[in-house]
Amino acid sequence: MLHYLSQTFKKSYVLAEMETRKLLHDPTELISRAVQPILWLGIFGEALSKVRAISTPGLTYLQFITPGILTQSVVFVAIFYGLYIIMDRDTGVLQKLLVTPTPRLALVWGKMAAAGIRGLSQALIVFLFAIVLGIQLHITLWSVLGVIAIVMLGASFFTGLSMIVAAIVKTRERFMGIGQVITLPLFFASSAIYPVAIMPGWLQAVARVNPLSYMVDGLRALMVSGAAARVGFDMGVLAIAALLISMVSAWFYPKVVM
Amino acid sequence: MGKTSSIIQVVHLVKRFKDLAAVNDISFTVEAGEIFAFLGPNGAGKSTTIKMLITLLAPTSGTATIDGHDVARDAAEVRNTIGYVPQMISVDGTLTAYENLMLLARLYDIPRVERKKRVREMLSFLGLEVHADALVRTFSGGMIRKLEVGQAMLHHPKVLLLDEPTTGLDPVARQNVWEHLFELRGRFNTTIFFSTHNMEEADGVCDRVAVMDTGKIAAAGTAEELKAKTGKPDATLEDAFIFLTGNKLQQTGNFREIRRARQIERRLG
Repeated sequence: MLHYLSQTFKKSYVLAEMETRKLLHDPTELISRAVQPILWLGIFGEALSKVRAISTPGLTYLQFITPGILTQSVVFVAIFYGLYIIMDRDTGVLQKLLVTPTPRLALVWGKMAAAGIRGLSQALIVFLFAIVLGIQLHITLWSVLGVIAIVMLGASFFTGLSMIVAAIVKTRERFMGIGQVITLPLFFASSAIYPVAIMPGWLQAVARVNPLSYMVDGLRALMVSGAAARVGFDMGVLAIAALLISMVSAWFYPKVVM
Repeated sequence: MGKTSSIIQVVHLVKRFKDLAAVNDISFTVEAGEIFAFLGPNGAGKSTTIKMLITLLAPTSGTATIDGHDVARDAAEVRNTIGYVPQMISVDGTLTAYENLMLLARLYDIPRVERKKRVREMLSFLGLEVHADALVRTFSGGMIRKLEVGQAMLHHPKVLLLDEPTTGLDPVARQNVWEHLFELRGRFNTTIFFSTHNMEEADGVCDRVAVMDTGKIAAAGTAEELKAKTGKPDATLEDAFIFLTGNKLQQTGNFREIRRARQIERRLG
């Protein structure tokens, strides 16, 4: 058991390191991914804050949606991450990794960490652009560490989910279809761009079980409102959800090669 | 273990997918240090058999052992005993040759003090040391295949399994890959098990052949033994194959397989 755990941590680290090296060899992906959050904040956010259509007590609308946009861009990276499993299967990389003495869980955690690192680069972009737009953020050592933790946990959860979907649908085309279908509802059924209070009752119920809401809540508390009381709870929910889904995913995704 | 018995032992192995028996009760053995070819058209059950041998697919019934370890029950032991080169391009084009080898060295738990030396030695053995820090996507097909063999051999496995190792390679590159495989066998007495639908290749390099067709092993033996069965004095292995199976060896397979084969050929260019 101890051996299994140490192997899992060690190999996860190896896999995450290699994924990071790939990003460093070719960072164009990071640059192209920066476009979307910049558009959401710079155009959508600016426009809606002018009309004052949505009441966000205690915060400006731009302050309100900054954590929402960060969440969205992290989740979008993670939810399409399963595509790499299908691509790795199609190229043979996955079969080769599965034949090495690497715990299945490490292969999942490696991908989760890799998606998390991409998520952190998104966080950096959102922070920088928010400063450019003059959005007031609450930046302390603890809030930054908290943001890093929530981004990593949230990215992990949605990466795990994505790997399960990939193992079930097995082809890129079907995977892309499903990815498109689930991302927007997840986004809209959360407090990312409007408060839960203005949603109809049934949607509020969906928002309450949507892990994306916990990301948004945690990030909003850390980044803008400074009301950190619930952050621990948000992190706890995300950590448990990520751990559970990683175990399901470790059991499920090797089936993609069968 | 494995001293007295064959290094690969397959006994009444069956794999069913719903009502299709992809592998239908096959038995064969491979001896240590042998080069063993698994010959047959696409869809014959070669890949399914290999997937069971490399622990990625559980047999429906029957057993397969590698160096005494059962592929279904002792998967972890089997994984430490074998090296595997998939049919498709399994190196990472966005990493360098050095990084591709180092990744596998670390996943195979080669001790830290030895890792760098092993990787450098492998690069020089493969004639790739000047390309060590180049991204693999700039490599030719032959260089990629050699690097993949290198990845699978870093931990000095007793058995190396290769799925269609030279599909899509030109004759010079094919020859070069085989020269390296012979050299590795000479050094480590590695057993080499490979699948192919190329008759000439099987005839030229292997000690023994098993001919697989529609989920069954039609015959097994040395290439000469199989040719002798036809009763013709100057029969080729292809003649033997047609004689044994009543089939022409042709490119069949479903949409996905054909698309994949073409992709590989394009990438290996």
